[in-house]
Amino acid sequence: MSLLSYFRSPKTKTASLAKERLQIIVAHERSQRGTPDYLPQLKQDILEVIRKYVEISSDQVSVQLEQNEDDLAVLELNVTLPDEK
Amino acid sequence: MAKVIVVTSGKGGVGKTTSSAAIGTGLAVKGYKTVIVDFDIGLRNLDLIMGCERRVVYDFVNVINGESNLNQALIKDKRVEKLFILPASQTRDKDALTKEGVERVLNELKQEFDFIICDSPAGIEAGAMMALYFADEAIVTTNPEVSSVRDSDRILGILHSKSKRAEEGLDGVKEHLLLTRYNPERVEKGEMLSVEDVQDILAIDLLGVIPESPSVLSASNSGQPVILDIDSDAGKAYQDTIDRLLGEEIDYRFLQVRKKGILKRIFGG
Repeated sequence: MSLLSYFRSPKTKTASLAKERLQIIVAHERSQRGTPDYLPQLKQDILEVIRKYVEISSDQVSVQLEQNEDDLAVLELNVTLPDEK
Repeated sequence: MAKVIVVTSGKGGVGKTTSSAAIGTGLAVKGYKTVIVDFDIGLRNLDLIMGCERRVVYDFVNVINGESNLNQALIKDKRVEKLFILPASQTRDKDALTKEGVERVLNELKQEFDFIICDSPAGIEAGAMMALYFADEAIVTTNPEVSSVRDSDRILGILHSKSKRAEEGLDGVKEHLLLTRYNPERVEKGEMLSVEDVQDILAIDLLGVIPESPSVLSASNSGQPVILDIDSDAGKAYQDTIDRLLGEEIDYRFLQVRKKGILKRIFGG
């Protein structure tokens, strides 16, 4: 270690940054786990259909599948329509 | 009752084959009849790490296809009694491993062995899926590094949903965390994820922590499983890992920075 480095401000600890980033991405990926592979395509198709009538962007549609009980799964569809002019 | 243990990780280069070789050898040293099966079809390397690369005649795929019987393909280790290796094939046919074929070979191995260690390839392709499908236990090999931890979490998800035990609704695959290439100096400086950090994220039981050590490379250079290097840190850490795998409670060594003595400080080393 050079003498100069004693005077420099200490670098932020990158390990804690790594942990923070990992916690966020892992939590996100776990929430996607177990959802069927067709979900992204389903969302895309729904988007196309709505676009025939109203212009919306992909972040205005949310499609979520929730397994409430063992034999009951709920497909939740949320569409935000733009204000009518 | 034979136990099938997969050594897996998702990410490549984290030490799956090194760990498979060390753990398989360690179990055999303890007196358990053990076979290490290389599932990395097309990229066979366990034979090199075990130092038996020139003794491969028949391989896993030959046995599945009925081109040889199991005893012809098994390579008996020359150092450790009760230790055998089933090498992977070098074929480029990625569909060489069929579920039925693998199951048949594993069932045959179960008749004879106490432990079957499945050395998984990297990734989540067919070979990796096949290596973990029949597992009773999984050793998830992870480096204290973001991409490795994320991939390990992905593999844990796959173990929960795609393993035979999960599909048949049995008790889940028993998961163990094996942290490799650990560097206490860098952890202390805040440059590397600590054991606790990785455990917080993955939330599975810790089985072992293998310190970053030059002895791992010398061991692979010479085709000796590093666990046989009984004076090295890595060798000792793998021995502790084996004891824990067999149900003993062993304190963790090599997690703290070792203080250098005054002579070492002056003369280096």
